[in-house]
Amino acid sequence: MAQAPVNIKPPKFQETPPMPLGDDPENADPMAKEAIALETKSLRVFYGSHLTLDSISMKVAARRITAIIGPSGCGKSTLLRCFNRMNELLQGASIKGEVLFMGEDLYARDVDPTEVRYRIGMVFQKPNPFPKSIYDNVAFGPRINGYKGNLDELVEKSLRRAALWEEVKDRLKKSALELSGGQQQRLCIARALAVAPEVILMDEPASALDPLATLKIEDLMQELAKDYTIVIVTHNMQQAARVSDYTAFLTTEGGGAPGKLVEFGPKDVIFTNPRDQRTQDYITGRFG
Amino acid sequence: MTRVGFDHDLKHLQDELLELGSMVEKAVIRAVDSLKRRDLTLARTVVDEDKLINAKRFAIEETCLKLLATQQPMAQDLRIIVAVLHTTVDLERMGDHAEGIARVSIRIGDDPLIKPLIDIPRMMELAVSMLRRALDSFIHRDTAAATRVCNDDDEIDNLNDQIYRELLTYMLQDPRKITQATYLTWVAHNLERIADRSTNIAEQAVFVVTGKREEIGSSKY
Repeated sequence: MAQAPVNIKPPKFQETPPMPLGDDPENADPMAKEAIALETKSLRVFYGSHLTLDSISMKVAARRITAIIGPSGCGKSTLLRCFNRMNELLQGASIKGEVLFMGEDLYARDVDPTEVRYRIGMVFQKPNPFPKSIYDNVAFGPRINGYKGNLDELVEKSLRRAALWEEVKDRLKKSALELSGGQQQRLCIARALAVAPEVILMDEPASALDPLATLKIEDLMQELAKDYTIVIVTHNMQQAARVSDYTAFLTTEGGGAPGKLVEFGPKDVIFTNPRDQRTQDYITGRFG
Repeated sequence: MTRVGFDHDLKHLQDELLELGSMVEKAVIRAVDSLKRRDLTLARTVVDEDKLINAKRFAIEETCLKLLATQQPMAQDLRIIVAVLHTTVDLERMGDHAEGIARVSIRIGDDPLIKPLIDIPRMMELAVSMLRRALDSFIHRDTAAATRVCNDDDEIDNLNDQIYRELLTYMLQDPRKITQATYLTWVAHNLERIADRSTNIAEQAVFVVTGKREEIGSSKY
């Protein structure tokens, strides 16, 4: 895999076509006209000998928002972590099957997981800024990477992209911990953007935020999706319905059974006319 | 099974829709009866009671809005509520058509009918049957029954043609009959509209089940 370029520049994808909903979403393959950023093929994930995700085959369209929904314990976050090899940081985790990033095997022997995590950034449920200044939080990644360009510009660009600049431009040297929860989360997004990722994974990015801060994050996601591929795990179905282009529904039969992909499709189909009864039961709130 | 309260609300909403349907059905039957039996009191009752139909429509719409705002319905739940919204408008308009027939009855007043009514009551019976079966198919999620309702619309259209041709003959034969004959064509037209709106309801029944919006059969009017 090529060295991660450390500058803010949209990744080189083809011109994004309009959402290919087609005349009949039932017959059209919605992914056929999409550039594919990530893909799993028969992915299985184990913690020790315990199978937690089984036979996941799905595609993540480039510069779209893909939401992963499903009940607690179905493996949503596990799947998300497979996309940037975060699971490897957990003791005993292993995978079988394939995860492709831009068509290349993400788990190939010669791929450096650290570099993967630069190109595929992650934002977590609870905002986790470093106990440093706002500026240093954003500059952290590029500095480690030996960024040679104008760091001030990069910090400003990243904060602007994360829709935070106007709120913090006069106090960049103040501690990031003084920001509100919503601002901290946008700072974490700015920090992820500063290392020029191509994909941003978000694990329940708004679940610790108030409704207004949540909507700001959602607006930001829509804006970022013009240049970045976004995968979001959310418990909030309305959020998935509002922001995603594609939605994947995972579930488990419970009792430690592995999570499986039940249905994947354009969100309009998933939320108005899902094909699988289990999806219908889950999104209408009649699950379990 | 969770969402017991919401399920109850959804069922109640559809019960209310059925209630509105039977009010409309009664209005249509009474309107044609008032014409056939020259019962002006009954005709005035139909006109007066249209207010109740309108009020019921608004109450159902209000419930739909409340459920949309508070329950964030998805998938089939969402389709049911949207279909109820459409159907309640159709039913209310059918009530207006019944009122139109009753008003014709009042206009004719004490004049004797130019001919005994045979095809108009037949048309009414078929239209009412379509309405009833369309609502049944909606409640029972029965797409086959809904399709049959739509296919019956051809028969209504044929009856409408037949009535029109017959009344035209009366008008040609005796110009003094033109006024009442014209009124009677209005009645047939109202019944044709009622049947056509029943097919709309049947199409909503299909939409609730399949999520597809489609015109099943097509009226020539």
